[in-house]
Amino acid sequence: MKRWLRTAWSRAVQTARLCCGVPDYDVYVRHLRAHHPDRPVPSYAAFFRERQEARYRGTGGRCC
Amino acid sequence: MHTQASVPTSPASKILWAAIALVGAFCLGVVALRRGEPINAIWLVAAAIAVFVIGYRFYGRFVERHVLQLDPSRATPAMRHPDGLDYVPTDKWVVFGHHFAAIAGAGPLVGPVLAAQMGYLPGTLWILIGVVFAGAVQDFMILALSLRRDGRSLGHMLREELGPLPGVVAMFGVLVLMMIVLAVLALVVVKALTHSPWGTFTVAATIPIALLMGVYLRWLRPGRILEVSIIGLVLLLGSIWLGRFVAESATLAPLFDFDAKALAWLLIAYGFCASVLPVWLLLAPRDYLSTFLKIGTIALLALAIFLAAPVLQMAAVTRFIDGTGPVFQGNLFPFLFITIACGAVSGWHSIIASGTTPKLLANEGEARLVGYGGMLMEAFVAIMALVAAASLHPGVYFAMNSPAALIGTTAEHAAQTISQWGFVVTPDQLTQTARDIGEASVLSRAGGAPTLAVGMARLLHEILPGGGMMAFWYHYAILFEALFILTTVDAGTRVGRFMIQEIAGLIHKPLQQTESWTGNLLATAICVGLWGYFLYQGAVDPLGGINTLWPLFGIANQMLAAIALLLATVVVVKLKRERFVWVPGIPALWLIVCTLAAGYEKLAGPISFTAAARKYAAAAADGRLLAPARNVEEMQRIVTNNYVDAALTGLFMVLVLAMVAFALRTIVRAWRINHPTANEEPYVPLDAVAQSAP
Repeated sequence: MKRWLRTAWSRAVQTARLCCGVPDYDVYVRHLRAHHPDRPVPSYAAFFRERQEARYRGTGGRCC
Repeated sequence: MHTQASVPTSPASKILWAAIALVGAFCLGVVALRRGEPINAIWLVAAAIAVFVIGYRFYGRFVERHVLQLDPSRATPAMRHPDGLDYVPTDKWVVFGHHFAAIAGAGPLVGPVLAAQMGYLPGTLWILIGVVFAGAVQDFMILALSLRRDGRSLGHMLREELGPLPGVVAMFGVLVLMMIVLAVLALVVVKALTHSPWGTFTVAATIPIALLMGVYLRWLRPGRILEVSIIGLVLLLGSIWLGRFVAESATLAPLFDFDAKALAWLLIAYGFCASVLPVWLLLAPRDYLSTFLKIGTIALLALAIFLAAPVLQMAAVTRFIDGTGPVFQGNLFPFLFITIACGAVSGWHSIIASGTTPKLLANEGEARLVGYGGMLMEAFVAIMALVAAASLHPGVYFAMNSPAALIGTTAEHAAQTISQWGFVVTPDQLTQTARDIGEASVLSRAGGAPTLAVGMARLLHEILPGGGMMAFWYHYAILFEALFILTTVDAGTRVGRFMIQEIAGLIHKPLQQTESWTGNLLATAICVGLWGYFLYQGAVDPLGGINTLWPLFGIANQMLAAIALLLATVVVVKLKRERFVWVPGIPALWLIVCTLAAGYEKLAGPISFTAAARKYAAAAADGRLLAPARNVEEMQRIVTNNYVDAALTGLFMVLVLAMVAFALRTIVRAWRINHPTANEEPYVPLDAVAQSAP
């Protein structure tokens, strides 16, 4: 039960962040470590800033 | 990982589906057939849920299996080349939440409210039938198409499948559509805040609150979205509470009391400033707030409808299906079908369904839930908006949504006129409603937002009673709509700026650089000027603006939906699945017919822009003044505005016809070739990439 709650909460947080254009930081770090060990791993703050800029650069992800 | 390979239907599941079908049919029967006595909204909501569930299970699955032939064993873009940022295999419910938050906006809340003038039945039927056979099909098919094409955008897919010129034509159409969207949404805010110090104060307060949040998120606690959103929410609720004192104060109230023209100028100035500021300062924090508030408010509305179970006071069908309605002019066909765009079928969704969402799906088998299911959720929001509007006293509804030119500016005159229409209401009921919500007047607040806010306030007041709480809930609902409309205006201006810079770059290369301040400011000014022109025009419009601009928006949005569905039709033929060409083809055809018919009526005939222009021109020639113009110059401006709107309508019609011609050419060509010619990425089995995914 406790585990189920924890999963539900982390999914909710992930959804909320994704709605704001911020993907999962842990996934990104894991991806960097696995596929690009040569690249530096950004801090969460730096990662967040970069994503924030990126969200409003493209063709806009919202509706009327 | 689930697969959907022909699981045999068990007897229990057959009985379950038969039961859902029976319940749905019964509820729909009550909604459609009971006349003379008001029905409870729960019938309508239950009928809608049954239709959605059945549509999802049967038609959605049919489209998935036979038309799109989605394959759970095929690797999605997120699985083939995950990058941890854009291409990330994500849990399907998380993708669903993200997709729904991106497609849900002000559209599904406004359109159904306006369409309620014809009664709740026409709007309900169009939302239910439209979403199952057109809207959800469009979203789902475009999502699936993009899924098979590395997550490419709608414009890119149009270029690839139809050719470079159709791609450019469609992009141009999207830009014009966006300008109309921004203008009409900004106008909704103007209509809601006109002479409302309380509302204007709370909306103005969102600016310092957002700035504070921006600084907090940037410097104090970087990236703590949840934390800062809670702080923001508390401050917002505080500003609503404070707003009452501002409105009651003799010194402060005049500072926040503006007429429509002044508000339009303020929004134009705001739009320009906000879209050149760094995103982290104002746009992003307000975006977070509005996203969470939007989801929270939609949930609250659903809860209120279920708990309060209001009775629908509006008739099922009113006399205004004959085209003489005060909210918007025009007959049921075609105007109902362009007035309710978002909620039934919305072209804008095709841009989102080919944006971030296809890059997040981990399995093709999950596309139906996100694409088809997400749109059904949006239709449910539209149904709730319709319920909120139809549960109001019809007299109050018409007083709020009719232009001053028809009902005058006093409660007595309005009540008299509306009672003559057959919706008996006393001046007292109108002034009492205004008093309940803490406003001076409820007359002529078109645009959907205030009507929805009154409906919501009533429902919430019923489940959470308390002295003076109705006014609080009303301003909460206004704030929530204004908040995400302002976010859309800000973000939309930025997107419009990039598009303008891209087009300008074709003429003069240096203008394309998004880092250049000259190009940047110039493109922003053009973009704000374009939507600002239509916004200002709406603010001075004789019929109140929404009456004029909403049909333009509807025509443009449905035009984009028609283009997206044409793309889907072309691809179905190119894949040599011609026998399913009707699945996207019939809704495409229907939308083409609706946009062209509505366009024609707005171009020529008694309710057209040209007729309005001629009326004002003739009066000006005779030296007469027609309200609301106060001098010859204003008369002239109304004439010009109407001609501009007529030209724009003509442009949309030409765009639709051009896209039809392009699509037909491609279809005929593909039909003759005896092998598939669509540009899908080659098949990669999921098993081959599953190990290397993050």
